[in-house]
Amino acid sequence: MAVIIVLWLREVKKYLRSRVQIVASLGTPLMYLGVLGFGLGPVFQRAGEGSYLQFMAPGVIGMTVLFTAMFSGIAMLWDRQFGFLKETLVAPVPRLAIMIGRTLGGATVAVLQGTLIFFVTLIAGFRPVSIFAVPLAFLVIALIAVIFSALATAIGSGLKEMQGFQMVMNFLVLPIFFLSGAIYPLEGLPRVLAAFTRVDPLTYGVDGVRGLLTGRTHFGVALDVLVLLSVGVLFVALGAWRFSKIEA
Amino acid sequence: MSDRPIIRVQHVVKSFGKVTAVDDVSFDVQAGEIFAFLGPNGAGKTTTIKMLTTLLRPTSGSLELDGLDPATHQTEVRRRFGVVFQDPSLDSELTAWENMDIHGVLYHVPRQVRRERCEALLRMFELWERRDDLVKTFSGGMKRRLEIARGLLHTPKVLFLDEPTLGLDPQSRNQMWTHVRRLNQSEHVTVFLTTHYMDEADRVADRIAVIDHGRIVATGSSAELKAQTGTDSLEAAFLALTGTTIRDESATAADQMRQVVRVWRR
Repeated sequence: MAVIIVLWLREVKKYLRSRVQIVASLGTPLMYLGVLGFGLGPVFQRAGEGSYLQFMAPGVIGMTVLFTAMFSGIAMLWDRQFGFLKETLVAPVPRLAIMIGRTLGGATVAVLQGTLIFFVTLIAGFRPVSIFAVPLAFLVIALIAVIFSALATAIGSGLKEMQGFQMVMNFLVLPIFFLSGAIYPLEGLPRVLAAFTRVDPLTYGVDGVRGLLTGRTHFGVALDVLVLLSVGVLFVALGAWRFSKIEA
Repeated sequence: MSDRPIIRVQHVVKSFGKVTAVDDVSFDVQAGEIFAFLGPNGAGKTTTIKMLTTLLRPTSGSLELDGLDPATHQTEVRRRFGVVFQDPSLDSELTAWENMDIHGVLYHVPRQVRRERCEALLRMFELWERRDDLVKTFSGGMKRRLEIARGLLHTPKVLFLDEPTLGLDPQSRNQMWTHVRRLNQSEHVTVFLTTHYMDEADRVADRIAVIDHGRIVATGSSAELKAQTGTDSLEAAFLALTGTTIRDESATAADQMRQVVRVWRR
């Protein structure tokens, strides 16, 4: 248990110390929020869908959590290249404890970053329908963070070079984001696209957060949470298994 | 003091695909001695250390550390050694103290003991004043010292040092070996080191095994090796034993795979 805590704390400490990185990572979400949010707003309004900012703010929060959590995969490559991973691998502790500590650390950082963006959306004009729903929405956000942090661990365990991560970003992370319905409604999509959105775990994450914060949901919050929980269990198991296979 | 060797390696073979990195190696290390593995690049030094430190399993043969097999008693064996790898393994975004503290937690050192040991070791390695600085601000020599201090935190029976002075200036190297000698005496820790610097092995080690092409070609004290080869310096003895040809480290199977994949992707 102490092992999990100390490795978790390591991730959080490193995040809080990297002020420049925190500010830099606000760039992409701000761009989406500012340019897309206000740029597409009038069209969205004319189509009779209401405020686009109100619609996409939960999507941008979801995106931030996804990106930050997946970046913990990079952190692992970093540790492999600069050696700290080996220090944990020869320690007399179960691999599972190491994996859980790292994954929870990555997830916590993603939630912190998501919180930051949540406040940014509030400044931009986003208004949740009820204050009481906010803590519930954050539970869903935490689920999203754990899912993708575990996925990053699973992938990071197999990657040995930085180039590999580029592939992951382009062929996995971006599709997950674009297929999630973070920036467009899921209603009335072409059948193929609709099918793809349904196998994307982030779809349920964004839908859940949106349902709780704005009252607009496609699947219903209960189904969203159920899907997220099952995917979460699956990915954590996958991550743990892959991490146990690492050879130094 | 028991007579059982702290490390016993018998007929160990390790191959990666077609490449045999370690080929029928046997040796003993006695508790309390400083034992050096001397050999050119790619001789199989690091592979042997990885097998002893539970990171690799031998293809055949048997290894023992304090009477335990690293392949089957991973956790017990891991508690008994400290290791400084060839590549740095510190977290450079954390402070020296934090690196030490995390290590202590990973090795289940009780809090009070942890504090005392951390302080004692950081002082011994002259890093106490810099304990709250991020490791990324440290020089190469300081990082190495910190790694050795960290490796000793859980009072291991054996300390493995894989080319610990690689890339250090003569001053840092000198200082490092002074520390290692002193530790060996004050903490009674067995030191197993690899190096390809003759003068270091000559100066520090009680006993030296010369390894080449995965095989041990000679074992003995520096004086014994010189006598055996009829030379007057360890360097001459080393060249007499291993020949003068320069060898390149052969690529591992994984490297070759990667090359194939890269070509195929084009």
